Amino acid sequence: MKCRELAEFLMDYVSGELPAENREHFELHLTRCRNCREYLVQYEGCVKAGRIACDEKSDELPLDVPEDLVKAVLAARRLDPSS
Amino acid sequence: MGSATPVDDETGLIAQLRAGDESAYEQVVRTYGGRLLAVTRRILDSDEDARDVVQDAFLNAFKSIARFEGNSKLSTWLHRIAVNAALMKLRTRKRKPEQSIETLLPAFLDDGHHEERFTSWDEPVDKAMERAETRQLVRAKIDELPEGYRTVLVLRDIEGLDTEETATMLGLSVNATKIRLHRARQALRTLLSPHLAGSAPGKAPGKAPGETRGETLS
Repeated sequence: MKCRELAEFLMDYVSGELPAENREHFELHLTRCRNCREYLVQYEGCVKAGRIACDEKSDELPLDVPEDLVKAVLAARRLDPSS
Repeated sequence: MGSATPVDDETGLIAQLRAGDESAYEQVVRTYGGRLLAVTRRILDSDEDARDVVQDAFLNAFKSIARFEGNSKLSTWLHRIAVNAALMKLRTRKRKPEQSIETLLPAFLDDGHHEERFTSWDEPVDKAMERAETRQLVRAKIDELPEGYRTVLVLRDIEGLDTEETATMLGLSVNATKIRLHRARQALRTLLSPHLAGSAPGKAPGKAPGETRGETLS
């Protein structure tokens, strides 16, 4: 397996979906190639980073609600008797 | 931020909503509006569309508050309504011309090696993400991804939908969805790496003495 193929199989490997035979070749390559080990670490790191950065429970996400949006929602609700 | 105060008594708030209490509607919009704007903006990459979608989402939620069963938290329920509304909007609005992602994908030499020698990040990702500025950087870089890739990454990696759900919502095949997610992650790595490697104070860029590019191929 070459680095190019390893990069293609990365997502399936990370999600545990890589068939056993490919996984053996994948892991053998990893033991011998520092650059691909680093790439794997960073690939998984990005998935994790995205999840943490955009966590809806994060205190950074609740931005101020624009005042006109608050007013618009409340006005539209009053106009619609079914809501 | 000042507008989003935690709701101590969600059950009470829901009862007020059902009773048509005007102040309860306002409290809900002020408490949850910012988060909903953030998530819909991330999907739609448009402040204007996000606002429209959030407004519709609140109105739909208020209409159906009687059907809210309380199995999930109010915030989760609103979040789901807003994400669905954003995806509906995404499907109906004119698609932007697809931006290329090629320049953000890894390049390879003729012999199959990576062209780039990857420099280790200065610290484990958990540690780096403890800093607000890094979290902000990651959000900004996600926003830089081309739309067709960003939406897949947001739905799969951030909203936690599975591949099939994501494919259905975006009108893509399962295989195309997987390819897009993989490319989006690779592109995000390309965008983030220069900021996370070789820049920590007092530390030289990651070196691996004695190691050369891709020592051995199997």
